[in-house]
Amino acid sequence: MLEIKNLHAGIDGNEILKGINLTVNKGEIHAIMGPNGSGKSTLAKVLSGHPAYQVTKGEVLYEGKNLLELAPDERAREGIFMAFQYPIEVPGVSNAQFLRLAYNEKRKHLGEEELDPLEFKDLLKERAKVVEMDASFMTRSVNEGFSGGEKKRNEILQMAVLEPKLAVLDETDSGLDIDALRIVAGGVNQLHNANNAVILVTHYQRLLDYIVPQFVHVLANGRIAKEGGKELALELEQKGYDWLKAAPENNGAGAGAN
Amino acid sequence: MSTAELLSQQEYKYGFVTDIESDVIPRGLSEDTIRLIVAKKNEPDWMLEFRLKAYRHWLTMTEPKHWPNISYPEINYQDVIYYSAPKRKAALASLDEVDPELLRTFEKLGIPLTEQKQLANVAVDAVFDSVSVATTYKEKLKKHGVIFCSFTEAIRDYPDLIKKYLGSVVPTNDNFFAALNSAVFSDGSFCFIPKGVRCPMELSTYFRINNSESGQFERTLIVAEEGSHVSYLEGCTAPKFDKNQLHAAVVELVALDDAQIKYSTVQNWYAGDEEGVGGIYNFVTKRGKCAGHNSKISWTQVETGSAITWKYPSCILQGDNSIGEFYSVALTNHAQQADTGTKMIHLGKNTRSTIISKGIAAGKSNNSYRGLVKVMPKAEGARNYTQCDSMLIGSNCGANTFPYIEVMNNSSSVEHEASTSKISEEQLFYLQQRGISQEDAVSLIINGFCKDVFLQLPMEFAVEAQRLLGLKLEGSVG
Repeated sequence: MLEIKNLHAGIDGNEILKGINLTVNKGEIHAIMGPNGSGKSTLAKVLSGHPAYQVTKGEVLYEGKNLLELAPDERAREGIFMAFQYPIEVPGVSNAQFLRLAYNEKRKHLGEEELDPLEFKDLLKERAKVVEMDASFMTRSVNEGFSGGEKKRNEILQMAVLEPKLAVLDETDSGLDIDALRIVAGGVNQLHNANNAVILVTHYQRLLDYIVPQFVHVLANGRIAKEGGKELALELEQKGYDWLKAAPENNGAGAGAN
Repeated sequence: MSTAELLSQQEYKYGFVTDIESDVIPRGLSEDTIRLIVAKKNEPDWMLEFRLKAYRHWLTMTEPKHWPNISYPEINYQDVIYYSAPKRKAALASLDEVDPELLRTFEKLGIPLTEQKQLANVAVDAVFDSVSVATTYKEKLKKHGVIFCSFTEAIRDYPDLIKKYLGSVVPTNDNFFAALNSAVFSDGSFCFIPKGVRCPMELSTYFRINNSESGQFERTLIVAEEGSHVSYLEGCTAPKFDKNQLHAAVVELVALDDAQIKYSTVQNWYAGDEEGVGGIYNFVTKRGKCAGHNSKISWTQVETGSAITWKYPSCILQGDNSIGEFYSVALTNHAQQADTGTKMIHLGKNTRSTIISKGIAAGKSNNSYRGLVKVMPKAEGARNYTQCDSMLIGSNCGANTFPYIEVMNNSSSVEHEASTSKISEEQLFYLQQRGISQEDAVSLIINGFCKDVFLQLPMEFAVEAQRLLGLKLEGSVG
């Protein structure tokens, strides 16, 4: 589904990703871990097409197509979803209005009929159960006045509505209390199936107790420093990240997960 | 044709010119011009006197060029045509006699006038250059005692009402442009809602400037008697010309005891091109008087067009417990300039006013809010709430807020809130990441920003206004 080959990227001329190789297949859950500044969030933003980041080298194939050629909204309509670390507020625009517009854009893209507000309301009510959100959230402005936990749940609600093929969750666990973490993780688990894939970008092992990845990749200095199964995350939890920084880089070309 | 070309054409779809034979008077302004207009319109002597008084006063006045935050080259008032009317039969018995070319023009503008196609539940007075060409649903309204007709007819058929109220809110010597209008206004709309009547439908006037050389000077007068209610809509468009055209209108509203007037405008005059060539100078005086107790006047305006907008729809809150409201969205793009806002003059006890202003500036435009809240000594317990928000798109535009607050009564309260924001790259990216195109994302953010104002508009107008803002901003981001 996703093939990242020798990806170099940065912001304002500073190279942050220095040759990432990663392959993600349908049905898989990958965790990207690493210390602050290692490039985890940059990877998420480059995949979703954030305009501030420039790709300087390498390629990203998504379902065989060159992903880097697509505008962010085209990527989204093709099934890539990013849950933001800091979800943005859109004052005056109701959650329901925003979600219906996004949902209908995707349907149009797939050549399907758009849903009217009433039809969409039913769908939204159904999907909101995934993250235990009640109807009052739908009439409130997008993320405005939401608590940290509510914002993150709202991200997963959007994922539930848009049903992406590839979901990239950027530090979705940050700032969540244990109850909110349980709800958010539960939502992701309900949405994950054999036909989609999830990339979890996280600093902590905690999230991985709830969403269990098959593959863990540890980033350091813009490269994948270590890869393994879910047990690698536990090892990091005990040892911290410092030992990785000292360790030799083992990220040669083609050292992807598969 | 490239997408960019398509978009730029889409931008102002009302820019066409109607080829129609017109009765046009020579350029220039003098007492003779005024006599000529009066003769063309067959007006009585008291109207001639009204006009001449205004004209003589106008000669002593100077154009307000210094205090507004706008700039434009000298206007040669002798180079303007003050009367241009499509040729027609002397009196029209019915809509069937309206020139089909005019009917086609208004239909193209989305304002069908013929009986079969008339907008449901909206009565329309269609003004083309200097004259009203048709008014729909006149008879139906008459059954309820509501008078809705062109100003020309009103002078002829209801002289007592016109004599009583014309100039009662905006005196002939009020300001430079109001004086000019009082001297040369050629037509407009008159609405009269008798005591206790809720007007059964929305009333609206659609203004169209067609002649490239003529100014449009129309007059609107709405009188709501005791306990009556009316909602009035106003729309405006003009063809694309590379010369500037002058539009100096006067609108007067009078609300007696317990009466309510809601006045909504969607202004989409031609704004000039990207470099600021052409476009309408929209210099308009709008004022309402809450003359009676418990009366209410509410202005809602969506200003998107015109090269320059200079207007301050205001309320004189004379009656005790009367309410004035001003809800405004002013959008400027490219080289447009707007200096707009309101005046709330609190005279009566427990009078209340609300001002919600949303200014959006894009391109290299300049957008100013200017508002006065004045609480007079006898206005015990008066209250005002003002909220002025500006949004900037890009970094070459400007937004300014000029609030004036004069309070002469200690028991009153005046609140003012203001904010300035920018559409951020992060906000756009967030929406795009959900599959929404950049253009739609800008529209969505802007419409959210303007929500408090759009909520005040009648349904169809709100939809039109949202669509319009989206079109106006096309290509202004990214």
